[in-house]
Amino acid sequence: MSAYTRRETRKILRGLLFVLPWIIGFLAFTLYPLLASAYYSLTDYDVLRPPKFVGLANYLQIFLKDDLFRLALFNTLYFVLIGVPAAFVTSFLFASLLNREMWGRSIYRTLFFLPSITPVVASVMVWLWIYNTEFGLINGILAANHLPVIPWLSSTKLAKPSLIIVQCWGEGASIVIFLAALRDVPRELYEAALVDGAGILRRFLNITIPMCTPVMLFVLLTGLIGTFQSFTLPWLLTRGGPNFSTELYSVYLYRNAFVSFKMGYASALAWLLFIIIAIFSVIVFTTSARWVYYRAE
Amino acid sequence: MARTASVQDMSSTRGGIRSHEDVARQRRGATRRGLNRLVLSVFTALLSLVFVLPFLWMISTSLKTDPQVYHIPPIWIPSPLRWANYPEGMTYVPFGLYFLNTMQYCAGTVLGVTISSALCAYGFSRLQWKGRNVLFFIVLATMMIPFQVRMIPLYLVFKRLGWLNTYLPLIIPSFTGSAYFIFMLRQFFMTIPTELSDAARIDGSSELGILFRIIVPLAKPALIVIALFQFMDAWNDYMGPLIYLRDTKMYPIAMGLEQMRAHSMNVSRPLVWPHLMAASAVVTIPVVFLYFFTQRTFVEGIALTGVKG
Repeated sequence: MSAYTRRETRKILRGLLFVLPWIIGFLAFTLYPLLASAYYSLTDYDVLRPPKFVGLANYLQIFLKDDLFRLALFNTLYFVLIGVPAAFVTSFLFASLLNREMWGRSIYRTLFFLPSITPVVASVMVWLWIYNTEFGLINGILAANHLPVIPWLSSTKLAKPSLIIVQCWGEGASIVIFLAALRDVPRELYEAALVDGAGILRRFLNITIPMCTPVMLFVLLTGLIGTFQSFTLPWLLTRGGPNFSTELYSVYLYRNAFVSFKMGYASALAWLLFIIIAIFSVIVFTTSARWVYYRAE
Repeated sequence: MARTASVQDMSSTRGGIRSHEDVARQRRGATRRGLNRLVLSVFTALLSLVFVLPFLWMISTSLKTDPQVYHIPPIWIPSPLRWANYPEGMTYVPFGLYFLNTMQYCAGTVLGVTISSALCAYGFSRLQWKGRNVLFFIVLATMMIPFQVRMIPLYLVFKRLGWLNTYLPLIIPSFTGSAYFIFMLRQFFMTIPTELSDAARIDGSSELGILFRIIVPLAKPALIVIALFQFMDAWNDYMGPLIYLRDTKMYPIAMGLEQMRAHSMNVSRPLVWPHLMAASAVVTIPVVFLYFFTQRTFVEGIALTGVKG
């Protein structure tokens, strides 16, 4: 028995030794920061002076007095509820298209994927120039045809959709994931449906979509989590403007932390973000049982 | 498609004789399929043009003279092609230095993340031990934690350590592995037959020896995917350097480009669009090249994370 336990212990030690890098990283760069930010969220901390404990004051301020928080949350929900589905639907349609047999398919696949590997800063520069009110690509063409120009990024109404367009443009990774899922759908199902006389739409709705739902869940969840944390694109493209119309949650959080150095307040915002993401993920997960179809294996 | 065609073939040759009508019908089917493919191909080509247009616009602008930039309607093919925009566009900020900085950042994190993730993935897949699955569940759970929650304490710790304005805050965490890559590699390691490592164990090989002499050579494609992903992540990263690097001498190339945009406010030498587009192209071209040469590996890697996840 003792020889057995000694061998078990050695096995555990050996396993722990291999995953030691992760354990160190988890303790130092995940668990400690998580607990520390929970503590900071209960303090008033400007980095220069030591943190001062203020209880729930930060949270109360956020909920009761902070209009910008409400606006940022609203903007972020707009992106989550409109931008995520838009990117989701377009990338699935593009993937279904690229899954069809046609000439030059591999070239098209490359082209669709290209935007997603482009450095965000570089694509922001290009889109700033495309959206340019006077001489940008789109307005230049409109102006040449004596049509009214579109104030893409300078209008509070259009800034959000303009940003979503850029986001959809860079959605190549989900196209690739969807493509892999589409290729995995068993051929026999389509053949059986063909024999039964099912049309192309019926086959798409009753075979393609159900068979892809597990991957859809993955893309939806990662898209959701990513959008709640979206920072670089809105920060570089609009700095949250005009008039805070693209002030996303993470942009507002960054501003509090590293522009105003309100570390305590920003930590409270961060924890709220964490909770909001968790709630949304749980909602998606629990409803997924109804719409995700898992093949019995 | 191919399979349905062969079913048709069999039904039409039933009885041993192929009638003329059958052959004609088949031919008509083939031309219709061909036409379908052509229409589909043209349609997709147009759609993919939308995806490529911004790149073409970038390259086109990067070769324009200043008056051509402000021409309405927009000019697609500038004449003459002003190649001088490229060397000139590189002079606003020290791009040479920024390139070397980026390479340091990329090389450090690629090395760190590949080695540590391989070690951890081995522990989570090829070794049996109590508590393994609980820990692995935590690995997966950490992927849900937004960076924003960890951002502030990490910044404060690195500040206290005197690591701000160095690459240490960007590189050192990569040596503790990445949950995402550990997960990917673990999935890959699981597919390698255990007989191979069992045989090596009987020959007296250590676990570390098995990892490096058996598993690593077999998992080379997956390891390359990870190195590639990490390289691109580091090359494109903006938020990490933004938080940890204040000294412009330490900037990576992505931040350099953003810094260049600030020159549009400069009165003595205002930034012009062709220069900014030329610099953007220079920042983009290395990753695009890398992607073109490694396309298959890349696409398979992404598919692996999505489908098997």
